[in-house]
Amino acid sequence: MTTDTTTKTPEAAAVPPPGPMPGKKRVTRGHRRLLTRRDRFTLAVMAGVPTILHVALVWVTAIASIFLAFTTWDGIGFDSIKWVGLDNFRQLFSDNPQFWPAVQHNVVWFVVLILIPTPFGLFLAVQLDKRIRFSRVYQTAFFLPVVISMACIGFVWQLVYNPDTGLINSILGANKPGHYIDWIGDPHLNLWAILIAASWRHTGYMMILYLAGLKSVDPSLREASALDGAGEWQTFRSVIFPTLRPTNTVVLVVTIIEALRAFDLVFVFNKGAQGTELLSILVTDNIIGESSRIGYGSAIAVVLLVISLAVIIPYLIATFRKERRA
Amino acid sequence: MRLSPSGLSVPGPSRRSVLRTAGAAAVLAGAGTPLLSACGGSGSSSDPKTVTLGSNASDAVPKAAFESVYAAFKKQSGLTVDVNTKDHNTFQEQINSYLQGTPDDVFNWFAGYRMQFFAAKKLATPIDDVWEKIGDNFPDAMKKLSKGEDGKYYFVPLTTYPWAIFYRRSVFRQHGYQVPANWDDFVALCRQMKKDGLVPLAFGDKDAWPAMGTFDQINFRLNGYDFHVQLMAGKASWTDAKVKAVFDHWSEILPYHQDGFMGRTWQDAAQTLVAKKAGMYLLGSFVAQQFTNKADLDDLDFFPFPEINSAYGQDTVEAPTDGFMVSKAPKNHAGVVRLLEYLGSPAAEELYLKTDPSVVAASGKADTSSYSALQKKAFDMIGAAKSLTQFMDRDSRPDFTSTVMQPGLQKFLQNPKGVDSLLSSVERQKKQIFASQ
Repeated sequence: MTTDTTTKTPEAAAVPPPGPMPGKKRVTRGHRRLLTRRDRFTLAVMAGVPTILHVALVWVTAIASIFLAFTTWDGIGFDSIKWVGLDNFRQLFSDNPQFWPAVQHNVVWFVVLILIPTPFGLFLAVQLDKRIRFSRVYQTAFFLPVVISMACIGFVWQLVYNPDTGLINSILGANKPGHYIDWIGDPHLNLWAILIAASWRHTGYMMILYLAGLKSVDPSLREASALDGAGEWQTFRSVIFPTLRPTNTVVLVVTIIEALRAFDLVFVFNKGAQGTELLSILVTDNIIGESSRIGYGSAIAVVLLVISLAVIIPYLIATFRKERRA
Repeated sequence: MRLSPSGLSVPGPSRRSVLRTAGAAAVLAGAGTPLLSACGGSGSSSDPKTVTLGSNASDAVPKAAFESVYAAFKKQSGLTVDVNTKDHNTFQEQINSYLQGTPDDVFNWFAGYRMQFFAAKKLATPIDDVWEKIGDNFPDAMKKLSKGEDGKYYFVPLTTYPWAIFYRRSVFRQHGYQVPANWDDFVALCRQMKKDGLVPLAFGDKDAWPAMGTFDQINFRLNGYDFHVQLMAGKASWTDAKVKAVFDHWSEILPYHQDGFMGRTWQDAAQTLVAKKAGMYLLGSFVAQQFTNKADLDDLDFFPFPEINSAYGQDTVEAPTDGFMVSKAPKNHAGVVRLLEYLGSPAAEELYLKTDPSVVAASGKADTSSYSALQKKAFDMIGAAKSLTQFMDRDSRPDFTSTVMQPGLQKFLQNPKGVDSLLSSVERQKKQIFASQ
């Protein structure tokens, strides 16, 4: 498509880089004039189709979902949509015994992921970055869980935790009457049992992110700190870790996303039974399937959306502010 | 509805069009499942020689059994049944959107409240004309199950199976146990089994529905069929002392249930009965599927849940019934009537059972000579019942049972002492759900 434009001035061919640029206005004006009809058509299609898809699949759905959160609807005919104002939210906050536990579990999910597998992933990354022997083998081994789908991980771990035939209870001898440890069902245990599985996967993910970050650390920094007589720990703490700042931001965002979208693992593990309720599971329970409480389910989805926005907006503001300063 | 639509200041038509656009958007979004309905549907034209049928019989045995029935129908009538089979659970989950889209002429469904729900939503066609022909084939309890709230027939039953307490004859013989006739005997038997080192009641509630079966049994034994139906239909209150009494009885036998049930599937629980580690198991007769060894299967027997209140005895049987309904606008109405008349005949049921012997015929006239001892007993029990129930999730609103009762009962099982606050929470949520009709 770009063959036609290459013959024109280089400024016109390349999309002007963002940011203040002298003579920017003139370039855009020239840009428009220089485009042939075919270019304009191509551009319209290339920008238009994704825009339509994006609007239809992201914006329209999000707005429809917000709208439905203030209604009741059983999914049968559009005439049966009824406006109920804040009723859904009132019921959710005061009468739904699963809602607050679900919010709490989403938070616990995030806290655990950030406190255990993330530092552990960093630790593994630092070790693997030392070019020890079989580094690639270890990397593959630790990263493998990330490649496996969450549903499979859930399935495998619920076999491990099975009260009668599972590996853990068999080893502990806890599969006899009176000795059962109900990893999947006991509400005091099951969230932690699942979080072990989630951490098992998350560690590998974090390791790869940090490993990539560490590879980009300038080797001269290490050299310099070694010359200054810094020990390994000191080098890491005062030199390497501060340079990993961009990676840390990514890690934080990824972990928050993981905590908010946690669903598949739990759904396969025990369908979000007592002790493992999550917002995402409440949404599906209410909307998908025969229950079809679409208004109510949407209200839960809106709560999830608000939480996501509360996390994302400050992050975006901070990022943009930094960019503007730069 | 607490908030009447007329209370809104927005004029009618514009509001409706807004809703329609928003709804359409929701459909697009997959916020509701209606999008999937496009996958269902027959799409075929109104060929007078073909009847389309949406089937949930995705398991090998029922699928083959239905095929033999449709083949026989074709031979008899010259009409082809064009079957569109979907995964059993998927079919159930998509039923709303399926019926609103372009459904097949006839579809597999369950009797009871769930059938009445779609009938009331005008997503099904009444079939009184069919019942004029097949009415004599069915006992009164089946007729009651096949009617909508408006008194018209909407359903043709084919097969059914009972819920009961299953046990191994050899285990009872070995320990000299007697089948308990009433609640006290039952509790005493549980106690004795525990003493003898058996798990008195096998139990697995990982899938959350088995507990509903226990609730049903205790409730209609203790409070009777009428109260059970009212409770399921959202009319009776869950904070009623009668409901509390159900949970008190349940608490009494809860210590005799198999440990660690929250993480166990019914299949695993059934294995403890197969292995003679458990004495009894309250489940549907499909428990027999786990008895793959012929000798073990012959050893399997059952008895109805013991009497609790002598006013009701054992007059109610939980017998989920499967059959057929007609969608809102069948393309080949004459063909549909002929197919349903055939499916409502004892001959069709006998043919079905030849391939799938895990259930029994819904008709009282079907030949029982080829039944196994277990089937015969099940058939007699269902035939003698004064009333039949369909299981909690078929007798009540699915949104109520799946989002309130399943987690609610699991909560009770883990904390039987918190039943009061649990029941008031259930009642509050019930009111909200049943109000949003």
